[in-house]
Amino acid sequence: MCVFTALHWATISPLLLAIIIPFIYKYVRQIHTGWFVLILPVILFIYFIQFLPTVSNGDIISNSVPWVPSLGIHFNVYVDGLSLLFALLITGIGSLVVLYSIFYLSKIKEQLHKFYVYLLLFMGAMLGVVLSDNLIVLYTFWELTSLASALLISYWYTRKKSRDGAQKSMLITVFGGFSMLAGIIMLSIITDTFSIREMIAQADIIASSELFIPAMLFILLGAFTKSAQFPFHIWLPDAMEAPTPVSAYLHSATMVKAGIYLVARFTPIFGGAAEWFWIISTFGIVTLLWGSLSAVRQKDLKGILAFSTISQLGLIMTLLGLGSATLYFTDGQNVEIYLAAIVTAVFHLINHATFKGSLFMSAGIIDHETGTRDIRKLGGLMTIMPITFTMSLIGLAAMAGLPPFNGFLSKEMFFTSVLHATEFGIFNMETFGMLFPVIAWIASIFTFLYCAVMFFQTFTGKFEPSNFKKVVHEAPAGLLISPLVLASLVVIFGFFPNILSKSIIEPAVVSIAPMLADSAYLDVDIYMWHGFNTELMMTIGVVVLGTILFLLMNKWVKLSIYKKERDPFNRVYDGLLAGVSTGGRKLTDSYMKDNFRQYLIYIYSFIVLFLGYMMIHLDVIALFPEVYAPIAFHEVTLVVIMIAGAITVAVAKTRLTSLAALGSLGFAIAIFFVLFRAPDLALTQLVIETVSTLLFLLCFYHLPLFKETIDSKSSQIVNGIVATGIGVLVTVLAISAHNNRYFDSLVDFFVDASYEQAGGNNMVNVILVDFRGFDTLFEIAVLGIAAIGIYAMIKGSIKEEEL
Amino acid sequence: MEILMAITVGVLFMVGTYLLLSKSLLKVVISLMLLSHGAHLLLLTMAGLQTGAPPLLSLEAASYTDPLPQALILTAIVISFGVTSFLLVLAYRTYKEHKTDDLDQLRGSADE
Repeated sequence: MCVFTALHWATISPLLLAIIIPFIYKYVRQIHTGWFVLILPVILFIYFIQFLPTVSNGDIISNSVPWVPSLGIHFNVYVDGLSLLFALLITGIGSLVVLYSIFYLSKIKEQLHKFYVYLLLFMGAMLGVVLSDNLIVLYTFWELTSLASALLISYWYTRKKSRDGAQKSMLITVFGGFSMLAGIIMLSIITDTFSIREMIAQADIIASSELFIPAMLFILLGAFTKSAQFPFHIWLPDAMEAPTPVSAYLHSATMVKAGIYLVARFTPIFGGAAEWFWIISTFGIVTLLWGSLSAVRQKDLKGILAFSTISQLGLIMTLLGLGSATLYFTDGQNVEIYLAAIVTAVFHLINHATFKGSLFMSAGIIDHETGTRDIRKLGGLMTIMPITFTMSLIGLAAMAGLPPFNGFLSKEMFFTSVLHATEFGIFNMETFGMLFPVIAWIASIFTFLYCAVMFFQTFTGKFEPSNFKKVVHEAPAGLLISPLVLASLVVIFGFFPNILSKSIIEPAVVSIAPMLADSAYLDVDIYMWHGFNTELMMTIGVVVLGTILFLLMNKWVKLSIYKKERDPFNRVYDGLLAGVSTGGRKLTDSYMKDNFRQYLIYIYSFIVLFLGYMMIHLDVIALFPEVYAPIAFHEVTLVVIMIAGAITVAVAKTRLTSLAALGSLGFAIAIFFVLFRAPDLALTQLVIETVSTLLFLLCFYHLPLFKETIDSKSSQIVNGIVATGIGVLVTVLAISAHNNRYFDSLVDFFVDASYEQAGGNNMVNVILVDFRGFDTLFEIAVLGIAAIGIYAMIKGSIKEEEL
Repeated sequence: MEILMAITVGVLFMVGTYLLLSKSLLKVVISLMLLSHGAHLLLLTMAGLQTGAPPLLSLEAASYTDPLPQALILTAIVISFGVTSFLLVLAYRTYKEHKTDDLDQLRGSADE
């Protein structure tokens, strides 16, 4: 059972390779380290391809290795359609990104070992996320992706913007990760398991639990922060400070889709609930709109791509939300229209990974060859960089949703789904459902617009050599391979979408909506041409309106809203961050004043208030007259002497008076010990009081006089109140907590045992040296330590310069 | 008698706390002596002040006072003596080094 299968090794192999990479980097300097890295994702990709026939038959591969069996944590790897789709994306695009990075990052200038260690760490973590069946293991890998992502964003750690971007992404994604952990724990409380499959089996138990909504919200928070959904999208544009291969890999194709994966994975558990449906589709559609509107304002190629990623992720999220309605009906009424949404989501997920990866890589090439990504400086690159131009054209056309590329297909299917949304007739869709197609349509117009802006600003117009630091020319072949592969996939999937449908989309859809596994509705077939229908009209409308808006751009670029590049939500984040740090500092400064007496006042006030409250609350204040000893006159006299002595100590003007009063108090206590039949105590008290007084007198020669005005009036009043509180509290406590109520004292034992067991008549001394000898041993140690300390303080004086 | 002793202990704690909160380092040392006196008396009082013979078996009395609190107090007296003398010398050293016994002036010095 404890044997790692090939699948386990495949999952963690990137992490293992990451250990070796620094050695390879150190000892093999002639060859670019990336070549050694490249081997692994290629092998993994081929390895995962093998699973396609099995998975498309509807089979599932699952292997388990116990990790912490006592807590139910097992390293379960689990391959179904959805996992396989993501694993192929991760390893496939991973291979291309590594290949691209070999030519993108300089062997001489960059610290390659770090880059590849982080990248492999990320790849392994991401594979772990998509292949784990155990939620705790999934969470472990989930946080590892956040960590690896932050490391990669801050790869050029000497730049402040990189560090800030990494901090921001870390804070936001780890915030989401933690809340996801809370959701996972809630689910495991309901179902008593961490396995997703077992949870799906208990979906109806979860649905009837009162933790259903909180668990859903917490898990969605994790998914939304990771997938840059509104309003947590703000970290993604700032993550563009990472090297371009990282942006292409993490921030377009894989990590940001981890949230999508999570939503898809949990759909069989939560899907069918109105809350799940509405939250996901609403956040998705708002993200779609906001991302496309914001992308238009960007002036940086990667900025535009970042917001377009946000927008497209919103699109996929909307579709998953709409598709979750499938799980509401188990008996097939209208099920094909909900199912279409899921199919579209999966299809667009693949499409987006291909075209966005190639677009990022093209943007990286432009940056690499011209030295800038600012669209205001770029222009006229069409003839200079023809291959990059072609690839970008394909990618942008696919993103804008133009035929004959794959983006067109998924866009059409998206329109179909949102149009059908109005016909759902469940979850109050008839009231707000109309908004979905309208918003989707507007967002598509702006998608078209920013694609057009990106294309025309970069490749057409006049070429200005003075804008660039270097001589601009086409990129070397090595850089072009990866985006070319992706761009060709865009075209291939555009023309032959059905090569995907049976092999991967269907199994993935079955994973999201498991009860449809044998359903006749599940027959994915994607056509380029549907006839003249509403969707086509909408696309034509998008193109027409988008073109008009683009042509009129000169008119509205002057609007102030257009000039604001940074997302307004950054102000909220910045405010929160600054507020937490300044607020925390202010709070600490307000009570941590380096003032010993003030801290004492806090401590004493707390004791008085808390103990006093508890005593009143628990009603323990009481008198026990039956056990009290009688009062004799001489005892009263002694008490008066003691009280007078104590008060004199406090109010004495000179230290000698104070000392005399202290001494008289000590001697009065000795007499008390005599009265209450404690001869040993009386002896010790007398001796010690005498020695202490002598010690005080010795020291007084060297110590300062009491000063009259040392304490201010107001602090005297505060101190007086606190001191009175303590005094009253101790008195009340002493009276109320009087013993003899619950059990007898040990006196009988000592009377019986002192002579018989220890051979002594003086019970106190027998206790000290025999029954409780350890007390005495360490009391001697205390005295010894005090003596050594005093000696050291007087004799030794270490000056600062000697240290 | 216990009530009377409880009041005395309360007064000792009150005066001790008041002095502990003062600015003078010397008064802080004195306050600790007062507080330990208070604690010792409290221990004795809590054990009950019924009259019985001193805890010496040779007296062959019918009843004895509880010896355990007495042993505890004896230990406590010695420890508080050790601590007080240490603090006294510490106060002395502090005064030698910094020429002040005002706790407000002692805080945040460059030696930290």
